[in-house]
Amino acid sequence: MTDGPRTITPSQTVGPFYSFCLTRPPPRLSPLGDHRLITPDAHGTPVTIRGAIFDGEQAPVPDGLIEVWQADGRGLYRGAGNGADDTSFTGFGRVDMDAQGRFVIETVKPGRVPAPDGGRQAPHLALGIFGKGLNRRLYTRMYFDDEPSNSDDPVLKAMPEARRRTLVAQRMPDGCYEFVIRLQGRDETVFLEA
Amino acid sequence: MPERPASRSCAEPVYPLESVSAHPPYLTDRYVFTRKRAPLAALQVIRPTLTELTGPAFGAANVSPTDHDLTRQHAGEPIGERIIVTGRVLNEEGRGLPDTMVEIWQANAAGRYRHEADAHPAPLDPNFTGAGRCVTDAQGCYRFITIKPGAYPVVGLDNVWRASHIHLSLFGPSFLTRLVTQMYFPGDALLERDTIYHTAPSSSRATMVAKLDWGETRSEWALAYRFNIVLRGRRCARPEAAHD
Repeated sequence: MTDGPRTITPSQTVGPFYSFCLTRPPPRLSPLGDHRLITPDAHGTPVTIRGAIFDGEQAPVPDGLIEVWQADGRGLYRGAGNGADDTSFTGFGRVDMDAQGRFVIETVKPGRVPAPDGGRQAPHLALGIFGKGLNRRLYTRMYFDDEPSNSDDPVLKAMPEARRRTLVAQRMPDGCYEFVIRLQGRDETVFLEA
Repeated sequence: MPERPASRSCAEPVYPLESVSAHPPYLTDRYVFTRKRAPLAALQVIRPTLTELTGPAFGAANVSPTDHDLTRQHAGEPIGERIIVTGRVLNEEGRGLPDTMVEIWQANAAGRYRHEADAHPAPLDPNFTGAGRCVTDAQGCYRFITIKPGAYPVVGLDNVWRASHIHLSLFGPSFLTRLVTQMYFPGDALLERDTIYHTAPSSSRATMVAKLDWGETRSEWALAYRFNIVLRGRRCARPEAAHD
């Protein structure tokens, strides 16, 4: 049954009080995802990502929430009908900030996924950012700085070169990646609309 | 009849960019917490790729049969006015979206959240958590049983109040259909003063106000409110496209 075009329902902020439903639900609700996406049977190289979110005054965003969506190490998205559903890796995570606005994501490095032009995209995580004062999800991507294919990535290539580095996590001496999200002002992260 | 290639392409959802103009802008001065968190640069528009056209697929396996009833999660019944909240989850063409996860959370009848950061000096209800879930049926319908949330002040601001509302979180078929919104109640005098309600454009704001649904109301038990939710996505860019 259809009855013609409709206006989409507007987004509203998650506000500051969502955690008892979204990130730390009561035990009777099955968990949908947390900061640990990696599973023992997941395809791909384990990676740990440490990061933080800052506002326009460089203050932390402790009430922030990040949702992760990514392919597995083979470059396959779960539910896409391409054979990714043979493991327990869902590709979805929900990540809380600590009191200093810092977060940790434990996952596998995604493989390259197809690009609309027939090529392939560089490995990346899609990140949706929610929080008090965010009327609408902010969408950004996280790439890996030690990945040569970044120079061929259609999304990175579409933006001014000077701002691309805001989407690229830095590999640290301990092997972890570091990724800082700046919501506003100097070195503001590039946010996407698709 | 041979199948038209154009109609086959219409099986895949498309996401017209102009539809997002129904969302609030990031910077809305009256909702003061946007001032230091809204990006200043324009969003970088990209062509949707497989990343955006796929998404987490939660369904019936992720809910139990009582997750939708927020009045039956504890030993006793919560204090407050019992209500039914029901509606359909639709795409932009008005088609129902089946198997879509809907999460809700809310304050209790006194306007207090079960959250350590809620400093409003109103009582917690030992019989109310305020979190629930359900998955839409084949027609895109969902249904919750809960209690009507109370209004509450925004602690830290001078006499700023929130109208009664329920938070809703939906996934839909892709990363681009993800939506977090709030449902409001008809006839609420606080709506005109609610700064978060007013972040949405005047053209779309009123769609967040539920309607009293007399047909769903259960005599001698609970009033019902209808709240239909429209997510991004059409099967064709334009209905005429299939005949071009």
